[in-house]
Amino acid sequence: MADTLDIAWATDWVKACAAVVAEHRMELIDLDRAIGDGDHGENLDRGFKAVLVKLEAAEPATVGDVLKLVATTLMSTVGGAAGPLYGTAFLRAAKTADGATIDAAGVADLLAAGVEGIVARGKAEVGDKTMVDAWAPAVEAARAAAEAGKTATEALRAAATAARTGAETTDPLVARKGRASYLGERAIGHRDPGAESSAMLLEAAADVAEGGG
Amino acid sequence: MKKLINDAHVVVAESVEGFVQAHADLVKSSGNPEELFVSRAGGAVQGKVGLVSGGGSGHEPLHAGFVGKGMLDAAVPGPVFTSPTPDPILAATKAADGGAGVLHIVKNYTGDVLNFETAAELAEAEDILVKAIVVNDDVAVQDSLYTAGRRGVAGTVLVEKIAGAAAERGDDLDGVLAIATRVNDNVRSMGVALTACIVPHAGKPSFDLADDEIEIGIGIHGEPGRKRIKAVSADETTDLLLTPIVEDLGLSGGEKVVLFVNGMGGTPSSELYIVYRRARSQLEAKGVTVERSLVGNYITSLEMQGCSITLLRLDDELTELYDAPVDTPALRWGA
Repeated sequence: MADTLDIAWATDWVKACAAVVAEHRMELIDLDRAIGDGDHGENLDRGFKAVLVKLEAAEPATVGDVLKLVATTLMSTVGGAAGPLYGTAFLRAAKTADGATIDAAGVADLLAAGVEGIVARGKAEVGDKTMVDAWAPAVEAARAAAEAGKTATEALRAAATAARTGAETTDPLVARKGRASYLGERAIGHRDPGAESSAMLLEAAADVAEGGG
Repeated sequence: MKKLINDAHVVVAESVEGFVQAHADLVKSSGNPEELFVSRAGGAVQGKVGLVSGGGSGHEPLHAGFVGKGMLDAAVPGPVFTSPTPDPILAATKAADGGAGVLHIVKNYTGDVLNFETAAELAEAEDILVKAIVVNDDVAVQDSLYTAGRRGVAGTVLVEKIAGAAAERGDDLDGVLAIATRVNDNVRSMGVALTACIVPHAGKPSFDLADDEIEIGIGIHGEPGRKRIKAVSADETTDLLLTPIVEDLGLSGGEKVVLFVNGMGGTPSSELYIVYRRARSQLEAKGVTVERSLVGNYITSLEMQGCSITLLRLDDELTELYDAPVDTPALRWGA
């Protein structure tokens, strides 16, 4: 368990994001087919593949540099709503991580900045059946872990677990933002694809940290 | 899935390539796959407000089909059903700027709005004045705090036509925006699907619909609508679409409208005229005059079977702008 997370963790996390999105591309498409337009998996897969190419050519000096590269690449390759939302999340998160390493409080700050970016762009609140439903509890869990003196890795795992639970809580909700909001009560019983992909990315972050990153 | 495509990942690129070849007298492509947009063959018109629209592909001829004199200056085709990113929107905005500013015409979908907003910020940083009209004409969606708001659908074609005419006659940016806003305030639409469509990279129908069912209140991205019912006759289906539009517009006897019956891509025009016929007789029975008519595939949802009905309440100025010459690949009159 690493007490702090460094740039190697950040680059491995990005690679793991690309892998998990590619692996679950069709699952995300199917979730989006049910209550959106079926492009979420395709768009994120295209975005993270582009991030991998950019990462090969880059020489980031801080965790923030890695996250900023992810942000700008997603903004210019993903499109749809997910591009600006994830792009803004990673951009705001990057601004909190200008050192070589981040500790547990840094994990909470990073996630908090990310969700603030998502809310600023998308105007969604908890319970609207969006990616915020995964991110908001993740921030709270990371903050609680940091305040309890846990390591950065433990804070990240707490965040990932909370994000997973948060994504599951979107199943019974009526959507109030995004394309699923057009469906009214017909969105009930379907998981929000953005909340699901958010949980996947945060789980990847914790997996990589626990793997010695 | 049977489609006339070579590779799902190059559908948009290959289609745009053929489109600009076929209409080389009117339009050209940016030629840059990273910043793909279509603009007028002659480039920006100096001193004229530039009009830029865009959004996910799959709605052809919208938007690139409406680039040309009297309508758009540039159009940005994103991936199928996915908003383009800010980079190509910014590039198109620069290409459309003739020094009088640029109006973005954006359909109200979360992704489109976010990406166009970002592009507008970037353009302003480069000293191009940008304003935006967000079109939201779909009465199938309740406009409330609890949804993303009404979608922009077929009314977008009429906003592009009439705002384009206002720009062409020399209105300034605020003037063109005011006209576009007036069109948006007076246009309402609603659509029906008889079948779903198949997004090329997904490879399966965008939603499941039984053979004897229709989906009322669909958008244009293959997303399901508000309710699913057993298929009924063309006249009954027309009434289901028309009634909420008339009510929402608050149309009364003596008013004049454009009646626009739009095909979703997979419906023959013979069926569109059956819908038109019923809508027209219903409107006339209410004392509403169908002053202008438009029937055909103008904003589609790939190969979806179905149609939408759009009504625009006309005044003398909007009628004059609607009639003004237009010369684009998909809409041409008076030119």
